[in-house]
Amino acid sequence: MKKFTMLLIAGLVSFTGASFAAENATPAKPISFSFEGPFGTFDKAQLQRGYKVYKEVCSNCHSMRLVAFRNLADHGGPGFTEEQVKALAATFTVKDGPDAEGNMFDRPGLASDRFPSPFPNEQAAAAANGGAAPPDLSLITKAREGWHGTFNQLWSNIGGPQYVYSLLTGYEEPSEEIKKETPEGKHYNPYFVSGHFISMPPPLADGQVTFDDGAPNKVDDMARDVSAFLAWTAEPKMEERKQLGFMVLIFLSVFAGLMYFVKKKIWRDAH
Amino acid sequence: MSGPSKYQPSSAVGKWFHERLPIVAFAKDHALDFPTPKNLNYWWTFGGILAVMLVVQILTGIVLVMHYTPQTDLAFNSVEHIMRDVNYGWLLRYMHMNGASMFFVAVYIHMFRGMYFGSYKAPREVLWMIGVIIYLIMMATAFMGYVLPWGQMSFWGAKVITNLFSAIPFVGDFVTTWLWGGYSVDNPTLNRFFSLHYLLPFVLAAIVFLHIWALHVVGNNNPTGINVKGPQDTLPFHPYYTMKDGFAIVVFLIVYGLFVFYGPNYMGDAVNYVPANPLVTPAHIKPEWYYLPFYAILRAVPDKLLGVIAMFSSILILLALPWLDTSRVRSGTYRPIFKGFFWVFVVVCIGLGFIGSKPPEGSYVLWGRILAFYYFFHFIVILPLLGLLETPKPLPASISDDVLAKQK
Repeated sequence: MKKFTMLLIAGLVSFTGASFAAENATPAKPISFSFEGPFGTFDKAQLQRGYKVYKEVCSNCHSMRLVAFRNLADHGGPGFTEEQVKALAATFTVKDGPDAEGNMFDRPGLASDRFPSPFPNEQAAAAANGGAAPPDLSLITKAREGWHGTFNQLWSNIGGPQYVYSLLTGYEEPSEEIKKETPEGKHYNPYFVSGHFISMPPPLADGQVTFDDGAPNKVDDMARDVSAFLAWTAEPKMEERKQLGFMVLIFLSVFAGLMYFVKKKIWRDAH
Repeated sequence: MSGPSKYQPSSAVGKWFHERLPIVAFAKDHALDFPTPKNLNYWWTFGGILAVMLVVQILTGIVLVMHYTPQTDLAFNSVEHIMRDVNYGWLLRYMHMNGASMFFVAVYIHMFRGMYFGSYKAPREVLWMIGVIIYLIMMATAFMGYVLPWGQMSFWGAKVITNLFSAIPFVGDFVTTWLWGGYSVDNPTLNRFFSLHYLLPFVLAAIVFLHIWALHVVGNNNPTGINVKGPQDTLPFHPYYTMKDGFAIVVFLIVYGLFVFYGPNYMGDAVNYVPANPLVTPAHIKPEWYYLPFYAILRAVPDKLLGVIAMFSSILILLALPWLDTSRVRSGTYRPIFKGFFWVFVVVCIGLGFIGSKPPEGSYVLWGRILAFYYFFHFIVILPLLGLLETPKPLPASISDDVLAKQK
């Protein structure tokens, strides 16, 4: 009987290995971020740089509908001041209305507005981008997995920010063979989630965005910064969650300890 | 089982009330004085844990509903509104989402405990069967809840599962259209799932009451599986088991908290953070982890109708378990061969879960069929034969004897 169980376990384990190979996208590059681990927090300067990359590069095609300008000043975020938020919101044009005459009108953005989308609707976005609408980026780092595997994801998270980073830095000159397979207007990127051919051309070039703090701005640096920023847009309450979690778990652990000793005392004379 | 009530109203008002509605006596008899076998181990604490989880799910759910919008264009964003704008909305939502998973963790341990210690055998058949019905309603509730955020997996999961009913001969298409409220999964489907998702937990609470009632008629089983022979074998529920269960509940909450605060999306599917899109099918449609063994059984059968029958049978067969197991000895502790087969069965269930998470290709298909076959083989062949062929170990004379023997 034991032998049979062992055989069964061995069988299950042996094809677990095979299953990892079956996934077609290349696992993301396992870079680390400041916000990982139970005490990890966002690096405010990095989020501000990431915001600049989003604003100057990504936002030309990608919407970020779920995030409001005011969020940029929220606790646990990029740490812009309210004045800065008002100023940067005003650099966007927001469609509002109807006014008293029933007309829609454009006005500068307010802190309470959500980020305006670059295209009026998904059809327009697809038409302007070779038939593939650029996805909304608000939740992108939670909607993608960097790697697979039950235990792998338990120890190293699901790797969404790493996926974004790997995608941005993963454009490769394809081999002659792959070049022949590449559909018209697509680009080879082994990290792309659905097949290796992506409609988005390489979005970043060295030195493209100049950071106010003079931080390095190679493709690799900008990709890290914007991935961190998108990790925050997807999970803006992460710092609050970890801090509260720490207090809750301390409380529960002490409570469990007390319960255990009371239980022991009560049960001492039970038998 | 519980004998005459020990409740004596201490005041005139108490006496007046007791003569009109003896609810205080009822509570005292069943929540405090109830005689409970003195040898229950920590596997028995999962009943209490499940009760707590049901309450957590109902409370967090009621508040979530205050902020959620069941409409296909708004549902996804309303969940994100909860995550971003509602005070502690992220906490409520992560508690509810992970609470469902933890609920199933607890129910599976509770069920396997019942199987190992023979808690389904006479006179507890009805108690067990009510439990199976609770489990079925839990599955339906969780499935409908998963549809509500209206992400990609919500939509496609709903589509795949409701499509199963189209396999019913002659009326299948009609039934599916009726379930959908239209010709595909759409706003009417979301609305009715929302309505039922709010209703079923209260149905569940009522059936849980029946479950506990049935438990209090026949009394707890225990690790030796032998009957309580007298007061020396039992302890009052309070303070002994309120403390033991309470301690276990707090430990369980720690595990639950680790997921809520440090891995809230670990048990979910990343694709569900993409809003539902009826025109784009996700690469791998798979249900939440707690359905995976049954999903594997469904896919193990090449024919759609037979697959659906196999899947439902794999759950409904639990209703017949009290009669499939022919052994007179309840506890697996005294059944040397059964014990081995029990653990093989646990591994087979986990294996089926693993197969369910994988695309149906290559060796997964063959393994899925072998394990699905074994699942039924365990119930239909092994358990009935084992009861007739196996020689159990000698049972202790009483619960009290067993406890004392172990203390030496």
